[in-house]
Amino acid sequence: MIYRRFFNVPTWRFRSPLEELYRMRQQMEQLLESAAPQQREAAGVLPLINLTEGKDNYYVRAELPGVKGDDLDIQVTANNLAISGERKIAAEEEGARYHRREREAGKFSRMIGLPGEVDTNKVDAKLENGILTVVISKAEIAKPKQITVK
Amino acid sequence: MADTQSNELKVREKQEVTSPAEQTKPGLIFTPAVDIFETEKEITLLADVPGVKADDLTIDIRDNTLTLSADIAPVDGTDEVDILVEYESGRYYRQFTLGELINQENIDAKLSDGVLRLSLPKVEKATPKKITVKAG
Repeated sequence: MIYRRFFNVPTWRFRSPLEELYRMRQQMEQLLESAAPQQREAAGVLPLINLTEGKDNYYVRAELPGVKGDDLDIQVTANNLAISGERKIAAEEEGARYHRREREAGKFSRMIGLPGEVDTNKVDAKLENGILTVVISKAEIAKPKQITVK
Repeated sequence: MADTQSNELKVREKQEVTSPAEQTKPGLIFTPAVDIFETEKEITLLADVPGVKADDLTIDIRDNTLTLSADIAPVDGTDEVDILVEYESGRYYRQFTLGELINQENIDAKLSDGVLRLSLPKVEKATPKKITVKAG
């Protein structure tokens, strides 16, 4: 787990020395986080999420198999995203004998701090094959601007 | 108090599989969580396989062994940079030994919202028949 976190960095681009330092700091933080499992568990709230950043958007993904869109509640504020909902497992017919019961039903809620300001009017969420994807547009001021030199 | 606690879903990390033989494709493999229950006529299996499309799922029964395997398409766009990674994606793989004889022609599989529902009907002779004894 630690090795994967540490080495499986998606992009090794050396744009500037400062960015490289920032990335190293991020990696150190990730490493420290995975080295202290008790702390992680305390902060562990369902659903587990992956947060990525594109040029104009933040992408939040979560695995929510068997959750219907109607049972999900997503709210965005200037730099927070709240996901809550309930996973329901329908009762099966009478007389069914269970061999295994590993899937769980219940409520979940989670607040995620976003790294920058976002435009709360441009948020798009979709649930596809049990994966929730929330695309949040960055606020205009936070978007990088291309400046052409004349 | 105890009731509300039991109703909250707890975080469970995905279970990674270490396969007996080395895989030809690189990547991680996970075991999906399943529910299996049996009625008089059939065995039903429910498996959580988020991210799997119907085309990428393979269900195979051979010598009383049921094999589920599923590929997933990568979701991340190419120009995205990870900020927080709490779960990893990968293929799913799980095998079960079936005790009962299964009518392989009538197996029904449905995939919706990342949950696979597999109905395995038992063959006629395995379904218990009640024989009423007539007095005469």
